[in-house]
Amino acid sequence: MLPEMSEMPNAPAAYPRMVRPLAGRVVAGVAQGAAAQLRLDPVVLRLAFVLLTVVDGLGVVAYAALWMFTPKEEVKGRVPAREWGQLAAYGVLWLALAGFAWLTGASDGGFGTWPIAVGGIGALILWQQADPGRRQRWMSGAVKQVSTTWVRTGIGALLVVVGAIGFLAASGELAKAKTGLVFTAVVVGGMLMIAAPWLASLVKELQRERTERIRQEERAEVAAHVHDSVLHTLTLIQRNAHDPREVTRLARSQERELRNWLYQPKQDADATLAAAVRRVAAEEEDAHGVQVEVVCVGDCELNEGLVAMLHATRQAIVNACKYSGAPVVSVYAEVEPDEVTVFVRDRGKGFVLDDVPEDRMGIRQSIIGRMERNGGSARVRTEPGDGTEVMLTMKRER
Amino acid sequence: MKTVRVLIVDDHRLFRSGVRAELGPSIQVVGEAGDVDSAVKAIDELRPDVVLLDVHMPGGGGQEVLRRVLGSGSSVRFLALSVSDAAEDVIGVIRGGARGYVTKTISGAELTDAIIRVSEGDAVFSPRLAGFVLDAFASTEAPPIDPELDSLTQREREVLRLIARGYAYKEIAKELFISVKTVETHVSSVLRKLQLSNRHELSRWATARRLV
Repeated sequence: MLPEMSEMPNAPAAYPRMVRPLAGRVVAGVAQGAAAQLRLDPVVLRLAFVLLTVVDGLGVVAYAALWMFTPKEEVKGRVPAREWGQLAAYGVLWLALAGFAWLTGASDGGFGTWPIAVGGIGALILWQQADPGRRQRWMSGAVKQVSTTWVRTGIGALLVVVGAIGFLAASGELAKAKTGLVFTAVVVGGMLMIAAPWLASLVKELQRERTERIRQEERAEVAAHVHDSVLHTLTLIQRNAHDPREVTRLARSQERELRNWLYQPKQDADATLAAAVRRVAAEEEDAHGVQVEVVCVGDCELNEGLVAMLHATRQAIVNACKYSGAPVVSVYAEVEPDEVTVFVRDRGKGFVLDDVPEDRMGIRQSIIGRMERNGGSARVRTEPGDGTEVMLTMKRER
Repeated sequence: MKTVRVLIVDDHRLFRSGVRAELGPSIQVVGEAGDVDSAVKAIDELRPDVVLLDVHMPGGGGQEVLRRVLGSGSSVRFLALSVSDAAEDVIGVIRGGARGYVTKTISGAELTDAIIRVSEGDAVFSPRLAGFVLDAFASTEAPPIDPELDSLTQREREVLRLIARGYAYKEIAKELFISVKTVETHVSSVLRKLQLSNRHELSRWATARRLV
């Protein structure tokens, strides 16, 4: 260090002292510290140490020396944990390389070392191509994120290989097979090393494109729906601004439609009772501009009797909308194991049942008569000033 | 008559002022909040009797407010108010601790009634919520784990059915020849079952309804 540098303690040191950071360390933070010093990626240095360890164990010596001579970084508070996942990943990598070196005899040093060194440098350069975040993810995720199926497959494959080698060794063929094995391993390993970063980025890209496409399709569907329904209704509302009743009706029917689209399961209105009751109520609500609240409990398939019941329900809703004067009509349909009940109720004017002329078809024929003809029953409860409730009951065929 | 102090929590300012204008004279609106954080803060500072709680809000929605406020041991009462009729939302906030659920189409007078009822410790069920509860408790054939919590009594079922049919508490009392207080007791008991029953069919039922 130059003398004048030490006289200016506040100026940033031109050559900062190398320290071993504890956060994110794999063994002792040596590689990380050295990488910061050399402005390299720590992963590259870690791989270099692993590689050098395979070759005559140089890596271990170099690492130990740096470990001894480098002070560790001061941390306040809790000391961060070691990255065990990464440590395991590098361990596995070292085992693989060591095994390979043993097979080729390169670990003895000398001329046999060079192919490994050259191959290793090539791989490092390739891996440097991948972006740092992804590289970090590969190494740290190598253990943690690999699903159990992959672990099982890996262990299985390993056992098979060990078995095969054991068989060859036992039958004294290993020496002969060694050359072939080495050749295959070198070619396959080399190919994988070269292709891995590109394959990974390719898969990533494909996934990204797919999610993007799905998102766009969804957006298009929502846009189409909003255009066909909501925007259309808003235009109609502006045109009918002078007529509050019509505006309410439009808003209400649009609300119902949107609600169905958002929350209701897609169902066929002609197949089940609950859907059919909802549809009937919606149609009469639109026709008369009176709010019809529907609550359904349970559901079942429609049959002849229930279709008749549905007609009676519609008639009861129409009556309530037209004559009661109430702003809201409540419809409640419940499907029980042995019978189906529907209630249509309003808090409107009410009437005296006996005063209804015989020739008025609404209640007597369309509701009571129709239910009785189909094996059900209908009861009307009303009093002037106390609203009206129509109760429809139909036994279920078992 | 004692006035009830109310906090309105909703992310739509227009809606908040609409509700404020509609409420009867027995309700005093002490504040408004537009998101989860400010709601939690306002509840802590203003100590309202009843919180009118929107279900869908930025930052986790009504359920997050319930979790944070009730989790800290507060005894403030919540009435959920939402445009959503999705079973998942309705069952979700009730199980989160709200004492009632009404939809935003409710009239001002009915909402005033509902707030007073909740402030007195009773439960408020809209017809739709009553229907959901009947459906959820009826839809399973599996034997209940805790018979006391996991099934409704005959009387509770009758009360819920009348609520679903659009009856007011007073009308239910008249119909069943019981007092309004008894109706309230039945509804509160259903609410307790709904909140405490750990039968996971309840949540599953709500989710399934949403997804079918």
